[in-house]
Amino acid sequence: MEKPTGKHARLAEQFNADEARVDWHDETLFWIRNKRDKAANKINDWEALRTQASAIKNNVLSNLHNYLLEFEERALDNGIQIHWATDAAAHNQIVLDILRQHSITELIKSKSMLTEECQLNEFLEQHEVGVIDTDLGERIVQLAKEPPSHIVLPCIHKKKEEIGILFAEHMGTAPGESDPQVLTAAARLQLRQAFMTRRAALTGVNFAIAETGEFVVCTNEGNADMGAHLAEVHIAAMGIEKIIPRREHLGVFLRLLTRSATGQPITTYSSHFKKPRAGQQMHIILVDNGRSAQLGREDFRNSLKCIRCGACMNTCPVYRRSGGHSYHNAIAGPIGAILAPNLDMEKYADLPFASTLCGSCTHVCPVKIDIHDQLYKWRQVIVKKGIADPVKVVAMKSMAYTLSNPGAYKLAGKTGKWLLKHLPLVAKNNFNTWYKNREMPAVPKTSFNDWYIKQQNDE
Amino acid sequence: MQILQAVAKNQPDLSPLPNTFKETQIETESLQLFRQVLSEIGGQSVLIPDIGALAGSIGSLFPGVMRKVSTIPALAHIAEICDTDQLPHELENVGLAIIEGVFGVAENGSVWLTEAQMGLRILPFICQHLVLVIRKKQILDNMHQAYARIADTDYGFGTFIAGPSKTADIEQSLVLGAHGPKSLTVLIVS
Amino acid sequence: MKVGLFIPCYVDQFYPESAIATLQLLRKLGVDVEYPLNQTCCGQPMANSGFAHLTSGCEALFIQNFARFDYIVSPSGSCTLHLKEHLHSAHAPQSALALRHKLYELTEFLTDVLKVSALNARFPYRVGIHQACHGQRGLKLAQMSELVAKPFSKPLSLLNMVEGIEMVDLTRPDECCGFGGTFCVAEEAVSVKMGKDRIADHISHGAEFITSTDMSCLMHLEGLLKRSGSKVKVLHIAEILNAS
Repeated sequence: MEKPTGKHARLAEQFNADEARVDWHDETLFWIRNKRDKAANKINDWEALRTQASAIKNNVLSNLHNYLLEFEERALDNGIQIHWATDAAAHNQIVLDILRQHSITELIKSKSMLTEECQLNEFLEQHEVGVIDTDLGERIVQLAKEPPSHIVLPCIHKKKEEIGILFAEHMGTAPGESDPQVLTAAARLQLRQAFMTRRAALTGVNFAIAETGEFVVCTNEGNADMGAHLAEVHIAAMGIEKIIPRREHLGVFLRLLTRSATGQPITTYSSHFKKPRAGQQMHIILVDNGRSAQLGREDFRNSLKCIRCGACMNTCPVYRRSGGHSYHNAIAGPIGAILAPNLDMEKYADLPFASTLCGSCTHVCPVKIDIHDQLYKWRQVIVKKGIADPVKVVAMKSMAYTLSNPGAYKLAGKTGKWLLKHLPLVAKNNFNTWYKNREMPAVPKTSFNDWYIKQQNDE
Repeated sequence: MQILQAVAKNQPDLSPLPNTFKETQIETESLQLFRQVLSEIGGQSVLIPDIGALAGSIGSLFPGVMRKVSTIPALAHIAEICDTDQLPHELENVGLAIIEGVFGVAENGSVWLTEAQMGLRILPFICQHLVLVIRKKQILDNMHQAYARIADTDYGFGTFIAGPSKTADIEQSLVLGAHGPKSLTVLIVS
Repeated sequence: MKVGLFIPCYVDQFYPESAIATLQLLRKLGVDVEYPLNQTCCGQPMANSGFAHLTSGCEALFIQNFARFDYIVSPSGSCTLHLKEHLHSAHAPQSALALRHKLYELTEFLTDVLKVSALNARFPYRVGIHQACHGQRGLKLAQMSELVAKPFSKPLSLLNMVEGIEMVDLTRPDECCGFGGTFCVAEEAVSVKMGKDRIADHISHGAEFITSTDMSCLMHLEGLLKRSGSKVKVLHIAEILNAS
């Protein structure tokens, strides 16, 4: 699978080469933000619900050890097999081992961002297990050999004509066909065959209930259910932070999740899996992959409250104008930028800087993660680790000196203004990034400081 | 073991669970809200006076020839009663499934049902069209009331179904009928 | 009450008229305001770039200059927010904390402390307000569209006291302009696109002037406006509230 490489600024610049396309991407996502606003405003208790969800998740993080043990015990009582995976490689191996035990070489999948994080598909393909993604958006990016660009809307970056071309090649639709109804109907037919024949289904987990040992999978398409209720083996992959304490808490989370994600009151299906059906094997894989480490980071542990709604992406003015692929990570946008540096600080050092710290993300987050504050804090951590551009370090040190010394500051100001006035080429050139698309500010006759002194003297 | 040890070591000081959420009451009457939201999400609803009127209603809504399967004994004369011994795959060609729901939820137009109502878990998903039957007085306001009603019921599988299956993955264009049923009708018995 | 006037570094150098307007407006409203001459910067450009650990010199200078005032007022939401959230001092922690509570952005000072209910100002033009993010979401100068909550706006309430002014609606009332400090050059493409989109929103609704509580946002928008040859001008809110 082709993953974009390089840093956010460069990838975002490439994305912005096609301005009309940026407008289309931006407007589509902002429209979804608007739908979220409309849905939220129909609920008088919206802000109280966010506060409640945040408090429940804070409790979960502070008692995660016991909740995990409780969940495991209840799930085992329910007849579900439990596996623990310390990292992505362990997770992938567990999936492969389960399939091999049953001599299964074809897997059907519904949406799981965790498996994207673990790069499960690539691993299985390398080991000669065929994987079909059944969420329509995931299927499209699978055919396009790309990663998803959004955690809820995997192919939001693709136009229907492009999808039509993919389908003509792989799904047997007519060349030039781009009507979403026709394309979806073709996918329905083809994937139905896969549901009917594949013996193992893998789903994600939206919520896992410690109290009862059950888990909930939310879809609009019904693909998780079509896979799970036909397959002999159902594997559910979940991050350890997906636990919630009690069934009653689902009332809070299911009211918040889909309204935040797409503006719908709830997904078409909110399926509660508690026991395997007769004759079926059900497995849950509990995955750490950096989560316990993030739990130990006082400033960043709140990022583990995330319920993967994507609202932060829809509202982020930078995400909308740079696209998910410019974050070069399974999870993009604001939440991706505070999760990823924990996994690999050097590789993802650029992400916390891909933001103006406007704060919109924090305030749409249904579980009140302080996203923009964490972006600021990651910047401090990254620079302290020595992963800052050395040129920037020098510039910042000199700025710090100048701004702590009134004399130096005034001299710098006078010099800068003099240069701009008499030698404008100092600024108005191709090396000055500001000047690429913006005029410099005009040079005023006097600084405020000098004006103030003068008017004091005149009195 | 390793993960649990790491979690125990790294988790913060205990933050207490909040008390049960106290929602504010809505003004709209729950039947009206339920029908309105269901319609907005692509489903339809029909009011029928009693169970006896079920068969007639289904006959007029789905006049064509198709394999009909139900788990409601009163419909044995118009539909197959679901044989729970068969393989789920044998339901692939079901045109219409008619299943009783436990209750409806007005705020999102959904219906809760468990394996006990479904017969086979696959039935409400694999059919081309789905009819769910609920009683008018079993329409709750919101999800908090829903989970209060579910309480600690034991089930192997349960689900909230809100409208027909759908996707908007292609340029945010809403298409009804993804992998699950293409239509959802809720018959509300008053 | 004695008020210390804190002027952002780039305003001092490039937009003195907005600082002059701030000073004149406060004096018109009967405030005893003084501008400490040795002030420089709040440290935000360094801190937001990850170099908060280099700002102690800057912060010490700030505390030295402003400790003696009852209030510190600044015509900048972002500088005020930064100081309120981050001003600290290793050897005088209490002074720093005390100062945080005395800091006010201009429009919140006028609304919350002076409780201004009328202004002697006239500005008969169509004006769009750019709600600068840090002031709006951070200082709560105005309600944000993300929350399900009652609308309010301190800057807008003050602007509505100006005779002849016509405020225009916007399609996206509180989307970020894309300045973001060093972001404006480090992520130039996205920054410029964000600014252009804001401008297009104002222009499509007929704004002749774009105003804000933050000159940094306006400096970025002005750069784009001038490059495109637009007749639309930017003006700090202090200059409108002080206009006659």
